[in-house]
Amino acid sequence: MNTPIDVGTESITLRINDQDVSCRKGETVLQVARENGIDIPTLCYMEGLSIWGGCRLCMVEIAGSPKLQAACATVCTEGMNISTHSPRLENYRRMIVELLFAERNHVCSVCVSNGHCELQAMAVKLGIDHVRFPYRFPHLEVDNSHDRMRMDHNRCILCSRCVRVCAEIEGAHTKDIKGRGVLAAIIHDLDQNWGESETCTSCGKCVNICPTGALTHRGTAVGEMTKKTTFLPYLTLMREDQP
Amino acid sequence: MTKTITIEGVTRIEGHARITIELDGNGKVSDAQFHVTQFRGFEKFVEGRPLTEMPGIMARICGICPVSHLMASAKACDDLLAVEIPPTADKLRRIMNLAQIVQSHALSFFHLSSPDLLFGMDGDPASRNIFGLIRDHPEFARDGILLRKFGQDIIALLGEKKIHPSWVVPGGVNSPLTAENRDLILAQIPAALSRAARALDYFHTVRDHYPAEVDVFANFPTLFAGLISSAGLIEHYDGALRFVDEHAAPVAELTDPHQYPSMIGEAVEKHSYLKSPYFRPRGYPDGIYRVGPLARIILAERCGTPRADAELGIFRTRLGRSPQSSFHYHWARLIEILYGIEMIQRLLEYPDILNTHVRSRARPNRLEGVGISEAPRGTLIHHYRIDENARMVWANLIIATGNNNLAMNRGVLQVAQRFVDGTHLEEGMLNRVEAVVRCFDPCLSCSTHALGQMPLRIELLKSNGELCDVLQRD
Repeated sequence: MNTPIDVGTESITLRINDQDVSCRKGETVLQVARENGIDIPTLCYMEGLSIWGGCRLCMVEIAGSPKLQAACATVCTEGMNISTHSPRLENYRRMIVELLFAERNHVCSVCVSNGHCELQAMAVKLGIDHVRFPYRFPHLEVDNSHDRMRMDHNRCILCSRCVRVCAEIEGAHTKDIKGRGVLAAIIHDLDQNWGESETCTSCGKCVNICPTGALTHRGTAVGEMTKKTTFLPYLTLMREDQP
Repeated sequence: MTKTITIEGVTRIEGHARITIELDGNGKVSDAQFHVTQFRGFEKFVEGRPLTEMPGIMARICGICPVSHLMASAKACDDLLAVEIPPTADKLRRIMNLAQIVQSHALSFFHLSSPDLLFGMDGDPASRNIFGLIRDHPEFARDGILLRKFGQDIIALLGEKKIHPSWVVPGGVNSPLTAENRDLILAQIPAALSRAARALDYFHTVRDHYPAEVDVFANFPTLFAGLISSAGLIEHYDGALRFVDEHAAPVAELTDPHQYPSMIGEAVEKHSYLKSPYFRPRGYPDGIYRVGPLARIILAERCGTPRADAELGIFRTRLGRSPQSSFHYHWARLIEILYGIEMIQRLLEYPDILNTHVRSRARPNRLEGVGISEAPRGTLIHHYRIDENARMVWANLIIATGNNNLAMNRGVLQVAQRFVDGTHLEEGMLNRVEAVVRCFDPCLSCSTHALGQMPLRIELLKSNGELCDVLQRD
């Protein structure tokens, strides 16, 4: 797993969307773009956690490179010329989100996170009004075994935010990912029911950091699940300040 | 030589429907069937979902009466949690349920059925619809639209959305009523009452114009079933499930919802995806019963609100205690609109209606739960089983329209025998076959009349399948 990138004091300059910007050496394209009010969509990125680069929504074009690069995982270099929005990028972003919807059973209308979901908001933001790919309709379980929290694999997009917050902030590392590709899934300990996990501290950070209705509080009804992510920068800061 | 007439494309009775009329060698009707041809599958695909999602998922069964499914589902979930919901939540749920009944009845009467009554069963189909109504009877149409709006606005004021609100949750409701919203609703009551009264005045001018229809619109003795309060008053949310005979004499009463299978059996007919519930002690198909507004006002001693009771008095003076023709569903529906508005006002005037304690919290304490409520169309039963992790393992739903399935089938046959002449087809004949179904107000009625574009087709076929005659309305 990647660790956060050390940022130095040396300044560099680059161009994003024909706008001259400057930053400190070591900062990522995503950080610099956001510092300058340039929006790049993300789902797996979460400030305060290590960089995963998995959702691929933050892909940008860099002049001179035929490959698209993930803005969250690309460190700025002197004289870079970056484009964050183009018909090609927007097409890919829409396609990525459509594929996320097609992969599992995201039924917004009856989801506990309806109206408070980052995936749903992203679809709206990207102007997705239908999905062009056939839905897979996999048969996936709801793990309702934990006393206070629920894992619904139908709504999971495998962004791994829960895995990272559990390992890096809470220090429990209860969650991880098993399998590969379309068969990948979040697990607890040695692929046990969540309620049987011996390492879970029931802190609830994973629930609050989950972008969708995959991790929720038990007992919530349709549209009732709201998430609080403001805790994360404070916790991260407190850990960084420790000697 | 036998022939079959098929009315194909009677759409949206929670899906699609078709009517077939079989003719004998002399062109006389020998049998008729009402087929629901779409499979929904809700009972199956809720398996594995957490129980707290049930009201939200089940509401999606219908866009016209989602509130009814919210109520029955939430009551089944309350049963699973084994909680008593706060008294204020009980009242708030009742208000939303009544608002739903008012708006749905207004839709059924004004938008769907009144064109038949205003323009006549044989009227020009081009104007025998809501648009013809707006053109020729604008005040009447406006009353209907605004009564529907009255109900929908209450649903939105309580649950933030007119359709599919997620406000009703296991254990109660998820937010209290504000004083501002209470006053907004109360301010609309007088106008709504006037509109309902005007509709009744109008109905009294035409109710005697249809003796032939009254005679054969599912006019036969059956049982009636519905909820009833402990005081014998009309009831839409809670109470005992009572069956009465054709003389309104009680036959059976169910106080424990869990025992409903002892009263209601569900038969499956090959010709339809809609099951045919029957009163189990009388067997199938003798256990035919009817539900809905007519059943409810036959069951109840009285309504319990002054204006509705006055109108019920006129109804009973005119038709007797227990009229058997389903044509009278229309009048019963109007009485219920009046009752609904009066009762909403009464509930809103309770001093505890603004209490903020509106939700009981609990874990599931039972593995099996049943909820029974009254939808606009009749008694609605949700029956769930869950596992120890509160996930659904099994569900059984008895939908209001389903309860009337046997009666609708027999009604279609009765009307066809009276009006259908097998040697040639006329539009008015087709319309009456539909109109008897419309009396029961299944979701079917939405699409058959609302836009004046009934995609309806009657085919007259020889027994070898050869097409004799076709009547199509696009």
